Amino acid sequence: MSAPEAPPVAPSSALPRQATGVDRRRAFVDKLARGACVAATVLAIVPLVAVLIYVAAKGIGSLSLDFLTNTPAPMGEVGGGIKNAIIGTLLLVGIASLIGIPIGVITGIYLAELGRYSKFAQAVRFSADILGGVPSIVIGVFVYTAIVLHWGYSAMAGSVSLAIIMLPTVIRTTEEMLKLVPDALREAALALGVPRWKAISSIVVRTALPGIATGVMLAVARIAGETAPLLFTAFGNDAVSTSLTKPIGSLPQMIFTHSTSADAEWHRQAAAGALVLVILILVLNIGARVFIRRRG
Amino acid sequence: MKRPSAHDTEVAIRPARRPLFGDVNLGDRLAQSGGALIAGIVVVILAALVLQMIQASTPAFSKFGLGFLFSSKWDPVKDDYGALPFLYGTVVSSIGALIIAVPVAFGVAIFLSELAPSWLRGPVGFTIELLAAIPSVVYGLWGIFVLKPFMAEYVGPVLKSTLGWLPLFQGPYDGLGMLTGALILSIMILPTIASISRDVLRAAPPTLREGALALGATRWEAIRYAVLPNVRSGLVGAVLLGLGRALGETMAITMVIGNKVDISASLFEKSSTMASQIANQYSEASDMQLAALTEIALVLFAVTLLFNVGARILVWRTGRMPGGGRSA
Amino acid sequence: MSMMMAQSKSESQPIPVTPPRAAVAPGIKMEAKGLKAWFGKSQALKGIDLPLAENQVTAIIGPSGCGKSTFVRCLNRMHEVVPGAHATGTVTLDGADIYGAGTDPVLVRRRVGMVFQKPNPFPTMSIRENVLAGLRLNGRRPADAAALVETSLRQVALWDEVKDRLDRAGTSLSGGQQQRLCIARALALEPEVLLMDEPCSALDPIATARIEELIHEIGQRYTIVIVTHNMQQAARVSHYTAFFYMGELIEHAPTDRMFTQPSNPKTEDYITGRFG
Repeated sequence: MSAPEAPPVAPSSALPRQATGVDRRRAFVDKLARGACVAATVLAIVPLVAVLIYVAAKGIGSLSLDFLTNTPAPMGEVGGGIKNAIIGTLLLVGIASLIGIPIGVITGIYLAELGRYSKFAQAVRFSADILGGVPSIVIGVFVYTAIVLHWGYSAMAGSVSLAIIMLPTVIRTTEEMLKLVPDALREAALALGVPRWKAISSIVVRTALPGIATGVMLAVARIAGETAPLLFTAFGNDAVSTSLTKPIGSLPQMIFTHSTSADAEWHRQAAAGALVLVILILVLNIGARVFIRRRG
Repeated sequence: MKRPSAHDTEVAIRPARRPLFGDVNLGDRLAQSGGALIAGIVVVILAALVLQMIQASTPAFSKFGLGFLFSSKWDPVKDDYGALPFLYGTVVSSIGALIIAVPVAFGVAIFLSELAPSWLRGPVGFTIELLAAIPSVVYGLWGIFVLKPFMAEYVGPVLKSTLGWLPLFQGPYDGLGMLTGALILSIMILPTIASISRDVLRAAPPTLREGALALGATRWEAIRYAVLPNVRSGLVGAVLLGLGRALGETMAITMVIGNKVDISASLFEKSSTMASQIANQYSEASDMQLAALTEIALVLFAVTLLFNVGARILVWRTGRMPGGGRSA
Repeated sequence: MSMMMAQSKSESQPIPVTPPRAAVAPGIKMEAKGLKAWFGKSQALKGIDLPLAENQVTAIIGPSGCGKSTFVRCLNRMHEVVPGAHATGTVTLDGADIYGAGTDPVLVRRRVGMVFQKPNPFPTMSIRENVLAGLRLNGRRPADAAALVETSLRQVALWDEVKDRLDRAGTSLSGGQQQRLCIARALALEPEVLLMDEPCSALDPIATARIEELIHEIGQRYTIVIVTHNMQQAARVSHYTAFFYMGELIEHAPTDRMFTQPSNPKTEDYITGRFG
């Protein structure tokens, strides 16, 4: 140790060069922890697979053209279908999108391009964030007290609930996607003597469009499965309805009422309805991701 | 016809002086004010939501006062209402869901951000996100027909024979109740916690783990002692966002919790949450019951707001804002 | 910052502006008078008086942060795009103040075009659409779009390279080609003045040489202001050179005189490489 030349072997205080019992224990803990992480990931995927298999296996038997094109039969009778619920869901989601997408996209554009750091933009951003965390059932309660109490259950009330639910997601995605557009493109357009609104609409938004479209598709997929607020806004309807002022059925609500009923035939139909809904939502989800990968 | 070319001086002739004055900016001014007008809608909606619910719950608040929160009565005949059983049900089911979901979610997050080979990260991450895309009502359906019998036949008896001496596992269990509710909630909040935690971990500077690895730490030690302590507040934020989602989650839990207005220490007992009570009774309620249910909704709003704002501050401080998790 | 303060004190006397070359005697296309600019609280320009000769190339040189980029941005009001930026003083274009009441910055930019440091073709547009973007976005449909595209691309010597793939994305070109495309895009609007903010700083030497050649050629027909940190480039392409230092104009003279017999010792220090 006290020799002036460099010691040929490590001094006794240094770590040993060979693996010791402690090291083997550490290696074991390392393996164990990594194994636990892998196990957790497998465990997390189990419910997804289980739900998909269950819905497919139980629902596929009841899924027929008759099922898709008939209205429900009274409880206890065999047959009947979900035509009313399919049309209802398409109408509710369609109207909600017509309201929610333009408002959400324009608000997102305002936040990213026009308002940016203004006090007002901060207030809008804050409100959207808070609204995004509000449970959907609370939004249903709000729409009930604001609309249903005065005008009764209606497709419109259901659509407004869904529009409010999708709004924060659309706003946030739009703003985030626009922020990814480099400033150089804004400057390039403005330097060509293009008015700001035109530069934003023709250059900036167009560049961010694939990303915005993906976010919007995911938001639409999300509201397609919403159930809670529809219970006391759209209310449900066994007949096919396309009126905005009348109660209307929907797939999620049909799944809820059928599965909580006491009838075995209805239980099977609930699974078939769930299969239709899950397919719709998976198509929107996977479509959205394929879309961004292709364009981005 | 002569093709124009760079050497053609004629093309270089420009109108001598073009105007500098004009009203091109009219469009910009319209866009600015129109944009602000539409952006204001979201502020108006939030304000209207709060005011409308305060107004609609006023009858209940003036009749029961703060005692509403501490009463366990729910008697439509005598019009006597209290929120305590639902507060209890919401808190217990959400905490139960966290206890189940958090370890699994962190495992997933660590796997996706630190351990998984890069070709596996995309597909697994996508699968976890799909888990969040399945509607709540479909989980509820699965809960009724798959989870309920499974819990009654296997999980219940095992718990009873091993931990049956605990007050948590008392009484009969038919597969519906607090335990099943917490379990299904945990499935629904897992993707939220996992994907935000993954983002938080990814945002940690790679030098942290490289430094630890260079000192001879194992992979796990690098994660445990170098990475995790530095992203703790972000992970807490992820958990809080998951909690915010659990608190407001409605359909799945309504379908498996049993919907009984009761406070019981046993997780086998049927129960109700704030959200499930609203879902079950709102469309049939009127007058005082409606006001009471609306007040429950207002309390639910306030509680989720608290957790969401807290969570966002924590996650945001670790350098990343996640997309908002939503309950269905 | 403290250096900047000391500088502004010692440089309070007016700076003599060298008269333009007598032989050519060009008119004055644009002129800045008492131009000051700020970004937030920091002052980037401290009172610039600088005439820009018509159909001549004026180079702006100076060390980083001397305000040269800010100056050209003030010439077409592009600095207003940066949050917190503002300017005072006057800038005239053919004698009319572009900061005057009621002047529309959008119309100013149609007459005073700009090319940026990094090539920035619009990624969603083809080569052809990029050239026509300025007109299309301003709501005008040129009578002979094909001829305009060809003319504009020929002016930047890009036509022969891209004539067979006009429908390919503008971003599919090399960096140098992209920058020439951006110049063509600016020229298609037939501006009277073209501002170039370090147009070659992101390009390799060969692409740089082509742009310089191009500036030399179109400089006969356009009033060009080019910002550069490269003194050789200024010497090669410009008729006049202005030297900026710490937000002030130190010297403005015909390029040959500036580089052979600078009148201000600071200029001499800079061009001989003693600082900057």
